[in-house]
Amino acid sequence: MSSPILSVQDLGKRFGSLFAARDITVSIPAQQTVGVIGANGAGKTTFINMITGHLRPTKGTIHFEGRDITALPSRQIKAMGISRSFQVAQIFPSLTVFENMCAAAAIGRAPKTLIGHVRTPLRSQESVAEAKTLLELFQIAPYRDSLAATLPQGIRKLLDIGMALAGAPRLLLLDEPTSGISIEEKFDLMQIVMSALLSRKITVLFVEHDMDIIEGFAERVLAFYDGTVIADGMPAATLADPRVQTLISGPKLRSAVGTGAHV
Amino acid sequence: MVRGDRIAAGSAFLAAAVAGFMLPDWIISLATIAFANGLVVLGLIVMWRAGLVSFGQALYYCMGGYAVALIGRWGGVTDAFLLVLVGGLSAAGISFVIGFLLARYREIFFAMLSLALSMILYGLLVKTESLGSTDGLNVIVPTFLGYAPHQEKLIVALYFLVLVVCATAALLVGAYFRSLAGALAIPVRDNELRVEFLGMSVSRLIHTKLVISALLAGTGGALAALAVGHVDPNMSYWTTSGEFVFITILAGAGSVGAAFVGSLAFESVRSFAFAMLPQLWEILLGSVLLLTILFLPQGLGSLIERLHWGREAKAP
Repeated sequence: MSSPILSVQDLGKRFGSLFAARDITVSIPAQQTVGVIGANGAGKTTFINMITGHLRPTKGTIHFEGRDITALPSRQIKAMGISRSFQVAQIFPSLTVFENMCAAAAIGRAPKTLIGHVRTPLRSQESVAEAKTLLELFQIAPYRDSLAATLPQGIRKLLDIGMALAGAPRLLLLDEPTSGISIEEKFDLMQIVMSALLSRKITVLFVEHDMDIIEGFAERVLAFYDGTVIADGMPAATLADPRVQTLISGPKLRSAVGTGAHV
Repeated sequence: MVRGDRIAAGSAFLAAAVAGFMLPDWIISLATIAFANGLVVLGLIVMWRAGLVSFGQALYYCMGGYAVALIGRWGGVTDAFLLVLVGGLSAAGISFVIGFLLARYREIFFAMLSLALSMILYGLLVKTESLGSTDGLNVIVPTFLGYAPHQEKLIVALYFLVLVVCATAALLVGAYFRSLAGALAIPVRDNELRVEFLGMSVSRLIHTKLVISALLAGTGGALAALAVGHVDPNMSYWTTSGEFVFITILAGAGSVGAAFVGSLAFESVRSFAFAMLPQLWEILLGSVLLLTILFLPQGLGSLIERLHWGREAKAP
């Protein structure tokens, strides 16, 4: 087994007297698909924000492919190969779907100097080709010329994740890819996302509340509670953990009430 | 650039050049000032596309003008090309420095901070006797690579200088708009967070826009100073900035050419309004702006685009 792609040691984040994260130690091998569960406020998003450089940890270290990326600015982390999508899709509403994807592709492959930015065209052959490939990959090519502001919620999420995949990252963090999506659509959306990501052979870490989706798509589950990881392992074992059941997922009967539709 | 646009821009330039030989001096003078101010408007359009409105562009306009007056007076430089270059670069230099502060602000805070900075320059100029205080300074009569025209010939020579500078600026800004740095203006306006997480520094993109717009405003101020032959602190007063924003709304941010068309329209309306209604010309000017906002919310430039689409629709 090669060394892990992401290795987090004793990570902590304090806001005044509140510990949003503490003692998080996790190591993720390349190409694993990891699901992250936990109640609201358990520290899942804080964890993602620290890895992507959006928040500066107060304690601990983060290594990506062996290099220390703790507290680097988000742009630099992105350039090293870590990308993310957002709980609320972050897109450019006044551009079309294709232009959104072109912008993401062009930024992903732009040189890092100012002169480079002025000399790179927005629609170079390479970035247009990458944008087209990504639209096909996420099955949103039919929306190519629609204004992003007018898109249905599911398409927005796919566009958001597609944009995160521009520039060929090696680790992708998805913050609640299915939030805001109706239960009937969730599974299909995850199917599109996961097969797209699998074809790119990248490491994925996704936050999710729906345990059926966790069971369906994750190879490993991290359970967060009160800022720390209380269980870490195969989905079936983790979801069967009594602490996880009491603190996060609740007793099994809930699947009979709400989420039975696609079982 | 699309071929049709290139032909349109080329013929507009040729028409303006031919007009320089045919039209009476007063129209040439009016057009010289209008096109010089059009450069400032072009700079505002660069920022406008990223969602930023500066109410202090007069700062750079005034810097460009005073730079020309001072190096002409103290440095003995008379070459118009050199003077204009120095005027533009000094404004760009100032904006590079204050850009580190300004690039952090958005919306009304950006507008008011830029206004405040321009009023500081106004205050300094008014209080400084050696820079002419409220009377300002006279600007030397320029030469053009050794050619030293006078009276009518000077008017025409300045007009051609302005025309060449504007055409160059229009080409370069057009290329900038098509580049990644320029095209990201709309993404920056839409969603800064996303731009950052895609790996691009928003503050650097905005800082670049500030310097480009200041370079254009300083160049415009330098040309205006040469054309008028005089600079005074009013060049930095907030109403001057307001006028440039007014023209930008009139012109619309849709295209590079709109800046010059809008500026020419503004100067013409103002001249006619002033001649017809010496006491009430502001009312006429205000009405024009009101009508523009009501019926052409995308500015005069959108008229050109509409013609464009009309033509495409008719094509088989």
